[in-house]
Amino acid sequence: MEAFEGSMNTPTLPRLAVEEIRADFPILSTSVRGNPLVYLDNGSTSQKPRAVIDSQDDYYRASNSNIHRGVHYLSQIATRQYDLARDKVRVFLNARHSKEVIFTAGCTAAINLVAQTWGRANVREGDEILVSTMEHHSNIVSWQLVADQIGAKVIPIPITDAGEIDLEAYELLLSERTRMVGIVHVSNSLGTINPVSLMIEMAHRVGAKVLVDGAQAAPHMRIDVQAMDADFYVLSCHKMFAPTGVGVLYGKENLLNSMPPYQGGGDMIHTVDFGGTTYADLPFKFEAGTPNIAGVIGVGAAIDYLAGLGSQVQPGTGTSLSDQLDASFGWIEQYEADLTRYGMGALAEIPGLRLTGTSKHKAGILAFTLDCAHPHDIGTILDNQGIAIRAGHHCCMPVMTRFGIPATARASLALYNTQEEIDRLVAGVKVVKEMFG
Amino acid sequence: MSVELRELYQEVILDHNKRPRNRGKLEEPTSSAEGHNPLCGDNVKVYLQTKDGRVEGIAFEGSGCAISTASASMMTEAIKGKTLDEIEVVFREFQQMVTATGEADEHPDLGDLEVLAGVREYPVRIKCATLPWHTLHAALQGEETKVSTE
Repeated sequence: MEAFEGSMNTPTLPRLAVEEIRADFPILSTSVRGNPLVYLDNGSTSQKPRAVIDSQDDYYRASNSNIHRGVHYLSQIATRQYDLARDKVRVFLNARHSKEVIFTAGCTAAINLVAQTWGRANVREGDEILVSTMEHHSNIVSWQLVADQIGAKVIPIPITDAGEIDLEAYELLLSERTRMVGIVHVSNSLGTINPVSLMIEMAHRVGAKVLVDGAQAAPHMRIDVQAMDADFYVLSCHKMFAPTGVGVLYGKENLLNSMPPYQGGGDMIHTVDFGGTTYADLPFKFEAGTPNIAGVIGVGAAIDYLAGLGSQVQPGTGTSLSDQLDASFGWIEQYEADLTRYGMGALAEIPGLRLTGTSKHKAGILAFTLDCAHPHDIGTILDNQGIAIRAGHHCCMPVMTRFGIPATARASLALYNTQEEIDRLVAGVKVVKEMFG
Repeated sequence: MSVELRELYQEVILDHNKRPRNRGKLEEPTSSAEGHNPLCGDNVKVYLQTKDGRVEGIAFEGSGCAISTASASMMTEAIKGKTLDEIEVVFREFQQMVTATGEADEHPDLGDLEVLAGVREYPVRIKCATLPWHTLHAALQGEETKVSTE
């Protein structure tokens, strides 16, 4: 485990006290089962800063109203907040236009939208859809559904023992039959940061489109959909400090325009007539019905919160949202990389512990198994000490099959986690060993 | 370590987890069934040999946590030699014990299985304890379908 040895002493890291960040998240100062909470289940969902929590309260108290249809004052305020959030997401992703940002009910809903609209319009019988073995079930099953409807095939891209994409195998799988490639930016079960730019370039060479699942990337790194040339990029906003129930679909404008609508309803139409209905322009074409207005406003608040960290890290940072996010993620990426290295090193020292997902290019996902105890038991015993992790297959059953294990215990980090919390995790795992060893 | 955790992982449970009884296959089972918990990936297969309405042989295999492994192991010991009617009584009593809230009632037919009562303090783990039993039930009914906790 030489690659993961290291300490937290990184002299180049700009000073930003994690304690200050922790103070922004009310839940982090609570106790669970008599112990201070150690929250290491960020891969499932992140905690919310006060600014996001307050945004929900403020909206319902001061501006609750439906959007895009009221002439009255409150509706105008709500509409403006909603539209501002869309533009913040545009900057967050560095999309070209706000209309390329579609709000959905979640990441899963966003993938299904693409599969059922772009997929059904463009995939033909005998075509192939490649998805990596480390995809979340949502980026596998959504494509299986459309493939079954059409008579196309979903083919897995193999992964290596370290939990990285087998790029040679990927190259061989790509062909003129490949219509779509589904690839996770950061794996939720292994932590691997995939070389998405390269994989997109390779897919484009054979004329395939690429959907990148950014659910686990968004809280940890600066995303640039134009630089990577993604055709589609999807987000799960509750994993990036925003409320549950909102996802984002980014799509290139020409692709989104070429796609038929997904769900029919209010807001997505131009004119409705029994002789034929015409549809609204982007982004409304894909946002039928009253959206999760409060949630979307919360997404805006979460992005503002992240940007605000940038001014703390570098007081001289420019005032643009983009510059601030650059500064924030510069800090987050380095801090989390150090914490991940520390955690991997500390866990690797525990006898009988096996880490799953050992790529050098990885985000803060520490997945492991013990020779003496099942992940479910590890999870319960850690929970008893106030430490929240996830145990199971993490909606990645093909990954478990690939590594020949039924499940893993997974500690997933966020910007507010500390070295002391990793130490408590390690001490907690040692308690498991004492009981089961 | 808390009292609840000690209650959950009693020595008897840890022992059955480490050295499960009747683990393996039966060569010529009269029936068998598979159970699966899709939430955590636990799998169990129960083999039965019944004759004249009595379980003469039972074995299980699969992968699961300590709670499901110990539950399966103790279950095989508890029901071997019993009639189908007697098993039904134990099954009902066991289910009642692990899902009941508040103080435990009397469980005269459960014997060692009573150590699994601690699971009711951990709602997400109750299915770990009951999976082998539902699988047994399916095997007794001669059901072909795979049992799922969900």
